Amino acid sequence: MTATLAPPREPGSPAPASSRRLAERVFRVREFGIIAVLVVFVAVTAAIQPRFLSSTNIQFILVDATIFALLALGETIVVITRNVDLSVGSVLGLSAFLTARLASSTHGLPLVLVFLAGLGIGLLCGIANGLMVTLGRVPSLVVTLATLYIIRGADVLIVGGSQVVPSSYYPSFLTMSKATVGGIPDLAIVVAVVIAGGAYWLRTYRSGRELYAIGSNPDAARLAGIPMGRRVFTAFALSGAIAGVAGVLWASRYGTVDSTAGTGYELQVIAAVVVGGVAIFGGSGSVVGAAIGALLLQTINSALYVLGVSPNWDQAIAGFLLIVAIVLDRIISLRLTASLRRRSARRGS
Amino acid sequence: MGPGEEDGRRSPGADNGEPAGDSPEAPAPDSPAAPGPEADSPAAPGPEADSPAALDPDAPVVLSLERVSKSFGAVRAVIDGSIELRAGEAHALLGENGAGKSTMVKILAGVHQPDSGTLLVNGQPAELHGPAGAIGAGIAIIYQEPTLFPDLSVAENIFMGRQPLRRGRRIDGREMTAEADALFTRLGVRIDPGRIARGLSIADQQLVEIAKALSLNARVIVMDEPTAALSAVEVARLFDVISALRADGAAVLFISHRLEEVFEICQRVTVMRDGRHVLTSPLAGLSAGDLVRAMVGRDMPERVPGERGAPGQVQLTVQRLTREGVFTDVSFEVRAGEIVALAGLVGAGRSEVARAIFGIDRYDAGTVTAGGRQLKKGSPTAAMAAGIGFVPEDRRQQGLVMEMSVQQNVALASLATLRKAGIIRASAEKSFASDWAVRLSVKYGRLTDPVSMLSGGNQQKVVLAKWLGRRPSILIVDEPTRGIDVGTKADVHQLLDSLAGEGIAVLMISSELPEVLRLADRILVMREGRLAAEFAQAEASEETIMAAATGQLEAQAR
Amino acid sequence: MDRDLQATSGNAFMTPEHVRGDEPGSGRGAGGWAGRLRPAMRWESGLALVVVAIAIFGSAVSPQFLTANNFFNLGLNTGEVAIMALPMALIIISGEIDLSVESTLGMSSALLGVLWADHWPMLAIFVVVLVVGALAGALNGLLITRVGLPSLAVTIGTLALYRGIALILLGPRTVSNFPATYTNVGLTAIPHTDLPYSAGIFIVLAVIFGVVLHATPFGRSIYAMGDNAEAALFAGLRVKRAKTTLFIVSGMASALAGVLFTFRLNTAVQNNGVGLSLDVVAIVLLAGVSIFGGKGSIIGVVLAVLAFAGLQNALLLTNFNQEATGVVTGALLLVSVFVPNIAMLVRSIRRAATRAARRMPPEPALSMPRKDT
Repeated sequence: MTATLAPPREPGSPAPASSRRLAERVFRVREFGIIAVLVVFVAVTAAIQPRFLSSTNIQFILVDATIFALLALGETIVVITRNVDLSVGSVLGLSAFLTARLASSTHGLPLVLVFLAGLGIGLLCGIANGLMVTLGRVPSLVVTLATLYIIRGADVLIVGGSQVVPSSYYPSFLTMSKATVGGIPDLAIVVAVVIAGGAYWLRTYRSGRELYAIGSNPDAARLAGIPMGRRVFTAFALSGAIAGVAGVLWASRYGTVDSTAGTGYELQVIAAVVVGGVAIFGGSGSVVGAAIGALLLQTINSALYVLGVSPNWDQAIAGFLLIVAIVLDRIISLRLTASLRRRSARRGS
Repeated sequence: MGPGEEDGRRSPGADNGEPAGDSPEAPAPDSPAAPGPEADSPAAPGPEADSPAALDPDAPVVLSLERVSKSFGAVRAVIDGSIELRAGEAHALLGENGAGKSTMVKILAGVHQPDSGTLLVNGQPAELHGPAGAIGAGIAIIYQEPTLFPDLSVAENIFMGRQPLRRGRRIDGREMTAEADALFTRLGVRIDPGRIARGLSIADQQLVEIAKALSLNARVIVMDEPTAALSAVEVARLFDVISALRADGAAVLFISHRLEEVFEICQRVTVMRDGRHVLTSPLAGLSAGDLVRAMVGRDMPERVPGERGAPGQVQLTVQRLTREGVFTDVSFEVRAGEIVALAGLVGAGRSEVARAIFGIDRYDAGTVTAGGRQLKKGSPTAAMAAGIGFVPEDRRQQGLVMEMSVQQNVALASLATLRKAGIIRASAEKSFASDWAVRLSVKYGRLTDPVSMLSGGNQQKVVLAKWLGRRPSILIVDEPTRGIDVGTKADVHQLLDSLAGEGIAVLMISSELPEVLRLADRILVMREGRLAAEFAQAEASEETIMAAATGQLEAQAR
Repeated sequence: MDRDLQATSGNAFMTPEHVRGDEPGSGRGAGGWAGRLRPAMRWESGLALVVVAIAIFGSAVSPQFLTANNFFNLGLNTGEVAIMALPMALIIISGEIDLSVESTLGMSSALLGVLWADHWPMLAIFVVVLVVGALAGALNGLLITRVGLPSLAVTIGTLALYRGIALILLGPRTVSNFPATYTNVGLTAIPHTDLPYSAGIFIVLAVIFGVVLHATPFGRSIYAMGDNAEAALFAGLRVKRAKTTLFIVSGMASALAGVLFTFRLNTAVQNNGVGLSLDVVAIVLLAGVSIFGGKGSIIGVVLAVLAFAGLQNALLLTNFNQEATGVVTGALLLVSVFVPNIAMLVRSIRRAATRAARRMPPEPALSMPRKDT
């Protein structure tokens, strides 16, 4: 190895780790921020209305949140790559109905197969999205807007005016979403594990890191030889598959499934994801944060209900929170960039 | 003004093509980058003391392009291009814009396949299939605008797609950081691998790119105008890095418009013109004039600023302009008919002052008075109403709307005058645009062509036309000839000169000292946000300007 | 890579002089001069053909399609969405998006209902509703231009916020006792014509928007900022002001649409307009407005409205499940964005296939010796 010719040019410069720590600290702050808000919310609500922390209520919150958290996992994977998947609500609806039909018509069918069916339905939709976005080079906003329409329309055509009612299911289908372990729904645990797995993948595997790269700077990603088509396609396929599974859970949770299942969910999921700290333009954010965002929004809904606030306020508050979240994010990121630039400038010139 | 000039080793007028024989004696064949002036100017400390070994004439040829051609449709970008790189050398590639340099680089990058000719890697014929193929062949390109992932860490930027793995194909973060540290040590710089890339200076970003190249075992590193946006200190650091790379056995292909840098850091040079190879030679024995003649094919006439007469009334007054952390207490005036240059190193705050005057950026204290009235801060509209035109630094990003036609771009700032009853009159717009395009000799196909189709020099003329069409009384130009070929550069200089002659007050920001010296009546030097010095044209020289730009202390140390 | 090839392929007409300088045609929008004018008209012409095709389809499917009465219904059903599509087109051309329009519509409907139930005079209600619509748009505009937030995220937030306000205002109530003079907009045509009021308003607005967008400096600046906001700023164009204006106009248009919607159905209820935002965006995209900004025309919007309305109507006449018409809208949207890309699509499928067939990446060129020390 050659000896260097010139010593590093910043005599007496501060430990370089400081800017890294600063960046990481801010990053962690984001997740801690929402967790803190969540904790405060729960604490205040529980103080006013102890019923809030009853085991049944917690279970309800968790099951609802679980479905959204799952959707948020899939959506985050897509948003990180600087894309968006608007079709998740429709996919959920389609999957909910078809799997509910399946579960109600063939008794004795192992649950696993029902899940696989849901996953398959969602996967097909996701593959269609993925192909159109990657091969067709059409912006994902447009593609998934179109598939939102098409899938919802197909759902309506298939469902007609019918619906699946809880009485027609075999019992285990319905109870699966209610089963608990020590007061915590099984579902929540399983989904938490899945999300943790997703987070781990995004952090420690090349394919996961490449998703961030694609969203952070698509040109650089191309130059770096990242197989962009394959990665983005996989992201959409995953998002679809996850939405499909979420559909099964939805059917189990709500029992009655008609053609309106999942309507409007896509925008709620995106709200959860943004509140959770995922940048809408991709490149940064975590699935854990997104899941917490979903949990937070559901908790707020429930808290308002328990506090006797008219449910009429749910939407307004959710919208308000979303705006506050992105305003705060913007302010924080501006400050961070400015301070990083200042440090860089001080050392460089 | 070129960076690194504090060492006083630039041959004066290196890139304005003074006829051969004017420049001081040619560098001795052994020293890789030592232009003559050491004999005349005080001994300069600096990298020369530890300059790397001379180019070994027996070093193996690691890469060569022979008689390569490439056409795009009917456009023959490269007709007969050749480059030969030896291990351990820094090799300059010179040529006007349009000479075919960028196409050659894209061929090396694997982006284009040559239509004919051979590419030899280590003496063996090879084909580069895409950027991956180029990387596999050990070729790395450092572009002018580094493309990093702003949200990811420096280490990840270096190793994206090739992160070191531990058991189970998981990324080994610690190993990645350690390897990144090792790379930076090899380059002799210190950058924290763990910090995110967002907020890194351009110079640091380049270093990350170079580290990336090293990590890919690049044996050929192509640098495309690397010093365009760097301060003097950063350029010196880059040159050290280049020396380190050379000592390591890599070959560096250095593309630049700045001849003084070429003489400083390179051993051999290849010149292209009109898509053809013109010469390849050791720099020893060549003068700047030789190079310019090779690039342009003609002698550049020595230009003298025309007779302009005494400057008239004060048109622009800037008083105690301050923006915290960016510039402080800047005061000056510009009179009708004079060209005032704002010189200084990159980062001294010149563009920021200009943008603050025009209202694009805000300022915290001070006043700007134009056309007799104090200007409202932060309002380009007010500035324009007071007769100020602003030709920005980055013509592609800031000066032009690429999607729009030549005509529309020229008219963009004058639409109010071209309308009647609220509607834009198409015929008025067309004659307006055509008028100005002709006046500035803009070369275009049709006025309705998208402006993206024009060459850099002609695009710059379109930006100028846009502002001149408003008949400004004050024209601010930021780096008027950056990235422009020699011929159009002369046109632009001529234009600025005649504009001043017509009575316009011109404030020119430029980093090219010869340009400043040639055009300006007065030269203001900024340093770290403050006005450091003012020179009249007669008393200014490259040395004095550089001294002021870098702080008197360094000048005194010599 | 592909971009370079595409960009340069149009330069066959240029002499080398024009090329000397930078890499030929390195800009994003480059295309030969011949290909330059035509794409602008190409989309609209294609769309016109689609409209004709839908008209043929409609009349084939039902003898009632081409009747004045049917046109009346057609205009009636699409009127509000059409009105909202005009400012939406400008917003998307300027490089932003507004997903909150459906909620502004809902909010103004709720406001209308609440104030009417409180016995306010109708004229005052109109004023209040329009002002609130403008304020709603102004909030969007301010968050996007002053705070610098991405419009997609902001308008998703206001989508929820404004719908929430509608919910707070009206709760579960329904107000349905509007006077006949107003609810007649849903029944009668403009005197001496066969046009419903909303269609008439749309036509007038379309002319105004068309003139503004295509022939005024303001309109030119919209295109400029959509293509390159920074260059627009440096040219002295008032980007923030223009965008805020667009959002305010969008808010007011949505408020107007809300009033028309409420009167047509004679119902003010909190969920009026749910789902319409995406309809509006779909129409604008169908019109040839690029989602990236900088391109599009009002003629396209008018044609897209006709196509959309015609299709909905034709399907209605065939007793196609109303709620499933989304399938057709979605398919139309996809076709409209894919047709220009078909050539590129074919090429990329072919490339993907060859790459898959090859399995391994091509053998890298021989690596070079590394100097050891």
